[in-house]
Amino acid sequence: MKNTVISVKNLVKKFGSFTANDNLNFEVYEGEIFGFLGANGAGKTTALRILSGLSSPTSGEVIVAGFNAKKEPEKIKKNIGYMCQKFSLYNDLTTRENIMLYGGIYGMRKASIKERTEDLLEKLNFREYGDRMIADLPLGMKQKLAFSVAVFHEPKIVFLDEPTGGVDPITRRQFWEMIYETADRGITIFVTTHYMDEAEYCDRISIMSEGRIVALNTPEELKKQYDAGSVEEVFVRIARPPFPPSRSAGFHAGGQNRAETKPPSGGWGPGIGEGVLE
Amino acid sequence: MRTILYLIRKEFLQIFRDKFIGRAIFAVPIVQMLLLVPAVTFEIKNVKLCVIDRDISVESRALINQLEGSTFFKIKYSTFSEKEAENLLHRNKCDLILQIPSGFSKNIGTGNPVKVLASINAINATNAQLSWAYLNGILRDYNMNILLENAGDLAVSSIPQISFSNRYWYNEMLNYKFYMLPGILGILVTAIGFLLAGLNLVKEKEVGTIEQINVTPVRKYQFIIAKMVPFLIIGLADLALGLLIGKLFFNIPFEGSIGLLFLASAIFLVAVLGLAIFLSTFSSTQQQFMFVAFFFLIIFILMGGIFTPVDSMPMWAQKFDLVNPMAYLMRINRMVMLKGSTFQDISRDIYSLIIIAVGFTAFAVRMYRKTA
Repeated sequence: MKNTVISVKNLVKKFGSFTANDNLNFEVYEGEIFGFLGANGAGKTTALRILSGLSSPTSGEVIVAGFNAKKEPEKIKKNIGYMCQKFSLYNDLTTRENIMLYGGIYGMRKASIKERTEDLLEKLNFREYGDRMIADLPLGMKQKLAFSVAVFHEPKIVFLDEPTGGVDPITRRQFWEMIYETADRGITIFVTTHYMDEAEYCDRISIMSEGRIVALNTPEELKKQYDAGSVEEVFVRIARPPFPPSRSAGFHAGGQNRAETKPPSGGWGPGIGEGVLE
Repeated sequence: MRTILYLIRKEFLQIFRDKFIGRAIFAVPIVQMLLLVPAVTFEIKNVKLCVIDRDISVESRALINQLEGSTFFKIKYSTFSEKEAENLLHRNKCDLILQIPSGFSKNIGTGNPVKVLASINAINATNAQLSWAYLNGILRDYNMNILLENAGDLAVSSIPQISFSNRYWYNEMLNYKFYMLPGILGILVTAIGFLLAGLNLVKEKEVGTIEQINVTPVRKYQFIIAKMVPFLIIGLADLALGLLIGKLFFNIPFEGSIGLLFLASAIFLVAVLGLAIFLSTFSSTQQQFMFVAFFFLIIFILMGGIFTPVDSMPMWAQKFDLVNPMAYLMRINRMVMLKGSTFQDISRDIYSLIIIAVGFTAFAVRMYRKTA
C-alpha cells in the first residue's frame, strides 16, 4: 500500500463569484513525481498555493503531510519546499547568503548549512558563483538554485510551479535529472508544467481544465485511454485552450453553464484575486 | 531567536548593499541638521518699515532714530504719499507703515493726546503681533524719554511704578536653535525609520520575494521584528550623529541623561516602525505606501508640537496627540536636553510611548498575512 502524502477532497476555491478550483479530488503518494498539467488559467497555481499553505481553501478537505491546509497551514510549511513560478530568491544577496538564510529559517544548524552549501555548490558546478549576487546569474542557474534551496532542508514534499519556464533544453534536461535524484531520496515532487515532454517523465499526471481535473493517470494509461501517441496529443484533446475562438465565451467559464460562471471582469485575464491564478 | 538573527542579518546585508541607501542613511541626517536647524527659526529680524513723517520735527526724527537703532526694524522707505506706502506694503516691499501725523511735536508740547498710526501686514499673524509688540516697546521708551525731559529726574522717580526683572529659564539666550534642534532630531529619526522600513516590506511584495518567505514556517512576529530591528539600530545611530552635529556646530546644551534620550527614542522608534509595517501590510505597491506614509508623517510632525506648542492646539487636537508618538518625543527631547529632566519627570510620557509602541507592533503582527 502506497503512503498518501497529499489528499484532496472536494477542494473548492472561489475568488468572489469566480471559481478557480471547482471540486478537485486527488491523492499524491510518497516519493512519486506528480505532474500537474493544464492550460494557462486552468487553476493550477491556485491549487498549488492552497496545498502549500499560502492560500486558504474556500471549502473541501486538503491534507498535506498529515496536516489540514485550512487549519494548520504553518505546520504544512515546516514539511514542504516550494519553488515559485516567479523567481523569488533575493537578487541582492549572493548564492551563499540565500542558502544560509533559508537554511537558517528552516532551523538547520549553521555548521550543517555550511557543509551542505559547499557540497551543493560542488555538485551544481557552482563554486565560482557562490559569492556572486544572484541577480548576475543566468536564468537556468537561477532556476536550479531555486530548486536546490527549495529542497535544501530535506522537506517531505516539494512544490514546483513551472520550474523550467524559459529555460534552455540542456538546462531543462539537467533540471529534470535533479528532480529524479530528489525523488530517489524519497522526496515527493509536485510539479506543474507546460512542457509535454516533461509530463512524460512524471509517474502520474493530472490535467486541469477550467478549474477542474479532467484526467488523472500515468502517462501510459492516459495515452492508451485517449488512443494518443503522446501526452501532448492527450492534452490538446482534453484541455481547452485558454483563448476561445469567440471572445464572449470567457475562457474561465467552468463546465457546461459557461454563461453563468463567466469571470466578473469578462476580459482576457483572471482580473481578480491576486493575479496568481496563473 | 536564531531565525530572527538570520533574518536581521539578511536585512542589514540588503540595506547596505544598496549603495545609495547605505550612504543616504547617514548623509540625509547630516544635511538635514545643518540646513534645517539654522533655517527654521521664529526669530524676527529686519522688519521692513516704511515711514510717513508728516511732522518733520525734531521729535518725529527722534522717534524714527530710535526705531532705526533697534535690530528689529529696518527703515526701508520714507515717503509722504499714503498711496505709495500702501503700494509698497502690497508688493511686500515693506511689512509695516508708520504714520506720524503733522502736529505730532506740537501736541507733545501742549499735552494733547498724541497718536501715530501703524499699519501692519498680518498675513503671518505671529509676525504681525510681534512687530506690534516691539513697536509698542519702542514707543514706551520714547514716552519715558519725553517724560524725563519735561519733568526732570526728580519728578519721574517719584512716580510710583512697577519694574520687572526677568530671567529666561532653560534657554537663557532665547536661542531658537536650541528649541528647534531637539525637534528636528525627532523628525530625522522618524523619517528614516518610518519610510525605509515600510518601503522595505512593500518592495518584497512587489518583487515577489515575500512569497518564498511566506511559504516557510517562519513566525509572523519573527519576520516583523527582523524588519524593525535594523531600522531601530540605524535610527539610533542617526540620533547619535545628529546629537554630535548639534554639539559641534550649534553647541547645543545637553542638561539631561543621554541614556534616557536614547531609551525614549528607541521606544518611539518601535512605535513608528510598528505603524510603518502595519501600513505596509495594507499596501501592495511602494507608491501606495508612500502616499499614506506621507499623510501620516505630516500629521504627526505638524501636530506633534515641533513648531507650535501642543498646549495651544484645540482640545480635539490635544486628544489626538495622546496617540501621536511624535508629540511625546518632542516633549521628551526638549525636556531632557534643555531642562535636564530625569526619568521621574517624564515617566508618564515614557509609559504612554511604550503602550503605543506595543499597540502598533501588535497590530502589525496581527494584520500581516502569511496565508491569503
